[in-house]
Formats: sequence, structure tokens, C-alpha cells
Amino acid sequence: MSTTEIALTGGADLAQEQQRVHKALARRQALVYVLRVGILVVTLGAWELGARVGWIDPFFFSMPSQIVDQMWVWATEGTSQGSLWKQILVTMEETIVGFLIGAVAGVIAGIALGRNKLLADVFSVYIKVANSIPRVVLGSVFIIALGLGMASKVALAVVMVFFVVFGNAFQGVREADRNLIANAHILGASRRQVTFTVVLPSAMSWILASLHVSFGFALVGAVVGEFLGAKQGIGLLIATAQGAFNAAGVFASMIILALVALGAEYLIEVLENVLLKWRPPQFAETGY
Amino acid sequence: MASVAAPERVNERPPAGVPAIEIKGVSRRFVSPQGKVVPALRDFNLTVGQGEFCAIVGPTGCGKSTTLGLITGLGRPSSGTVRVWGRPVEGIDPRIGFVFQTDAVFPWRNVLDNVAAGPVYRGEERGKAHARARDWIRRVGLTGFEFHYPHQLSGGMRKRVALAQTFINEPQILLMDEPFSALDVQTRAVMQDELLGLWGAHGGCVVFVTHDIDEAIALADRVIVLTAGPATVKAVYDIDLPRPRKVAEARYLPRFVELSHRIWDDLRSEVRI
Repeated sequence: MSTTEIALTGGADLAQEQQRVHKALARRQALVYVLRVGILVVTLGAWELGARVGWIDPFFFSMPSQIVDQMWVWATEGTSQGSLWKQILVTMEETIVGFLIGAVAGVIAGIALGRNKLLADVFSVYIKVANSIPRVVLGSVFIIALGLGMASKVALAVVMVFFVVFGNAFQGVREADRNLIANAHILGASRRQVTFTVVLPSAMSWILASLHVSFGFALVGAVVGEFLGAKQGIGLLIATAQGAFNAAGVFASMIILALVALGAEYLIEVLENVLLKWRPPQFAETGY
Repeated sequence: MASVAAPERVNERPPAGVPAIEIKGVSRRFVSPQGKVVPALRDFNLTVGQGEFCAIVGPTGCGKSTTLGLITGLGRPSSGTVRVWGRPVEGIDPRIGFVFQTDAVFPWRNVLDNVAAGPVYRGEERGKAHARARDWIRRVGLTGFEFHYPHQLSGGMRKRVALAQTFINEPQILLMDEPFSALDVQTRAVMQDELLGLWGAHGGCVVFVTHDIDEAIALADRVIVLTAGPATVKAVYDIDLPRPRKVAEARYLPRFVELSHRIWDDLRSEVRI
């Protein structure tokens, strides 16, 4: 067999293999989707059925049809505090503003302390103490100090986010490759240039990882703040539903919050893919 | 922390007759986090003339890299003096280039931005820096890879990026810390020839740290053998092989084999396992 023949059959083999892999991957993907939907249907169906037959008391645990109903009523007729969209908007605003302030402050503080040994040694003990306080408790303080408006919720969200982002940024700075820093210095970089062109990019994967977690924390901060005392927001909606023994209302709010969190998670992932495009892709073996 | 000297020193001509690097009676000790003092160098002397290619060989962990750190100014001697062109080292000298053992190219920058990093750090305008970077990318044979990220390149190609990144600053002193030790044998031979080519075209002096005796002989004018740590100079060999050299051919010359034997005899007694 000549070399060209080998190459040709090799190419055909490869194309066939490629096709097989594609087919197998598509089949597997379809299986995963079917199973996912199946689990959802079975769970919700069992819940609904259990509540209707009387195994579960719908007064305490509600049931899917009631929850959907509740959401529909809120969406079309509005809640006791005004339109549902307004409530979502208020909570989102508190969460996002708190998240942004907390994340930016956390990154700045993390880099400042990570790049300065003395500052780090002095402040580390205070940060440990502050980190060990259950920060949700601060919500009460903020409501006393800042009132029932948005400011107190934003403050609570900031505090929730700050320590997570700070901790990761600090660690990321500390883990920056010493060779890269030395290389930049020798190539002629000033300390400032090293911070922005070497330390910050290498800490970026740590920082972005913390953003995933901390957006959830910001949402917790905003909702708990509203819970403790507010005039608007999803947290207040939950508190009101709880006061009226409206289990469907609590579940409906929970689902709305989950949707909001999923949307934000998606946006952060997009940001991550843009900022970390220099990272090598993960290859999978052909075993399927 | 080391500061960068004023940029006008980059173009300053080195004074004639003064050795490029002069290390006199230097000791360096490290303090471990537990407060234990570990000596790395003791009573170390080394002079490297202008335009000279000097290789340092020694057993693992003897303090070869420490020596280079002293010349860059990233490390300070505990006692003794280190002079570069007659001036004591304070901070990082812009006339020095350094090639690291591990990958020290920036993984978040593409090849073009990696090579242009030095000039941009030194305040050159971005467009001009990129034009020069393209020229150096061509010289190290990476044309067409300007917009690749380091993880998309092979180890040998990343080393070429590192060489271009260093050479674009036109260093008059080039320090290399086992730069090719992570490469496979064939790539290493190609890179050694490439280095000799770049050095021949560019001049300047080179201090090349390696644990590979053959590499040291093939490249250098002078091979310095260190003792086991804390290191001091054990022997100095002048390599009188003709230049220009081809690394692959030089290693079969009888003179090369003889030198290799002698240096290995010296080094053998220092290697402890």
C-alpha cells in the first residue's frame, strides 16, 4: 500500500470516527435532557398528586398548581404592595448595587493588602474577626441606622459580598507566580505596572470564581434586609405571605428569586469567558 | 523593593576596560520562615568581561540561580560587592535581560503583546513597540503566531517568545537560568544554535546557568564549575573551541570530549545524592 493510500484511508477513518463521536454525543445530550425533564415532571406530579389525595397538607406545603396560580395573580393583578415587577426591580436594584460596591471594594482591598505585607499583617486579625461575625445580624443595625429604604439593604448586600471577594482577591494576589513578577520587573515594569498587568490578571480567575458565590450572597443580603423591615421588595413579599400563612406565596417568591439568581449566574459566566479567554480549553477524551 | 533605574542609562555606553560583571567575596544567606539561616553562597568571586559568554555549572541546589539574582538586583548579597560596569548594583539595571527556567511569558497576553511588553513597560509608544515586536517575532521564527496565546504554543515556541521578549530590550548583559532544561533534546539543540545566532548578531555578555556540562561547553567561552552548596568557585575552564560553532557538530570534536571529561571529573566529587 502506498503512502497516499494510507493517508486517504486514514482520512476516511477519521471522518467516520468523527461522525460516530458526534452521533454518540448528541444521543447522550438528548438522554440527559429527557432525564432532567422526567425528574421535574415526576417530582412536581407527585407533589400535586400527594396534595390532592391528602398525603400532604396543602395548607402548609402548598402545591404546584397553587404556586403557579399565585404567580399568575401577582403578575396580572399585582401584589398587596403594588405590581410584582416593581418588587422584582427593587430587590434587583438593591442586589446589583450592593454586589457592585462590595465586589469593587473587595478587589481593591484584596489587592492593596496582598501587595503590601505590612498592611496584610496588621489588618489580617481584624478581617478574621469581622469574617467570623454572622453578617446577616448586621441587617438590624443597618435598618436602625439607615431606615427602611433601599440604603440599609444595599449596605447589608455590600457586607455580605465584600468579605468573599476580598478573601479571594487577596489569595489570588498571594498566589501570583513569582517568576512572572520578577520577569515583569526585569523587563522594566514599575511596581504599579506589575500590579495592574501581572498581579491583577493572575488574580482574575480567583476573583471571578468568588463573583459566582457572592452574587448569591448579595441576593441573600437584600432579601434578608427586606425581611427585617422594608416597604418594597421580594423579601417583604415573603414576609407578608408568611404572616398570612400563605405557603404558595412563599414558594412563588422563592421561584422568582431563583430565576433572578440563574439569570445573574449566566451573565457572570459570559463575563468570565470574555475575561479568561487566554485560558486553555478543557479537552475530553473520546471515551463516551 | 527594587526600583527601575532612569531610562537614559539604557543607552549609556559601557565604559571601556571595566568588566561587565564583577562579584567579589560575596556571601548570601537565606532565612527560612522558621528563622533558620541557610547559606547559599560563600566567598564567591566571578568576573565576566564584555562580550563574553560564560557558563556556570554546578550540582543541583548549590546556588547557581542565587548568583543570577544578585546580578539582577532582585537579591542582595549578605556581604561582599556586586558591580555591573563598575557600579554597585542597586535595584534592577535596565541593561540586563533575564531568561527564566520555567515559562515566564504572560499567559493572558498573546505573542505580540508578550514580546512588546518590555518596550511598553519602558514607556515606548504602543505602535512602535508592536512594530519592533513583529520584527523580533520574525527573527525567532514565529511569524504567523502573533495572536496566539502561550497555551496554544509548544514548549519550544514559548521559549522563543521568551527569547524575543528579552532580546527586544537589547540587553548588554543576558542572564539565563537553565533556560532550555525543560525542552526535549532535539528542540534544545535547535534553541542552543538559535541563541548562539542571536548572541553573535547582538553582542553583549551572557551568563548561562546550567546543569548540563555538554551544553555549557558547546555554548560558552568560559565554564565555571561550582562546589556543592554553599557554593564557591571550584574551577574555571577556558573553552578554546573555534567560533562560529554549530552545537550539534561541536560535541564530536576531540577537544570537546576532553573538556567534557575533565569538567565531569571535577563535578563528580561535588554531586551527592
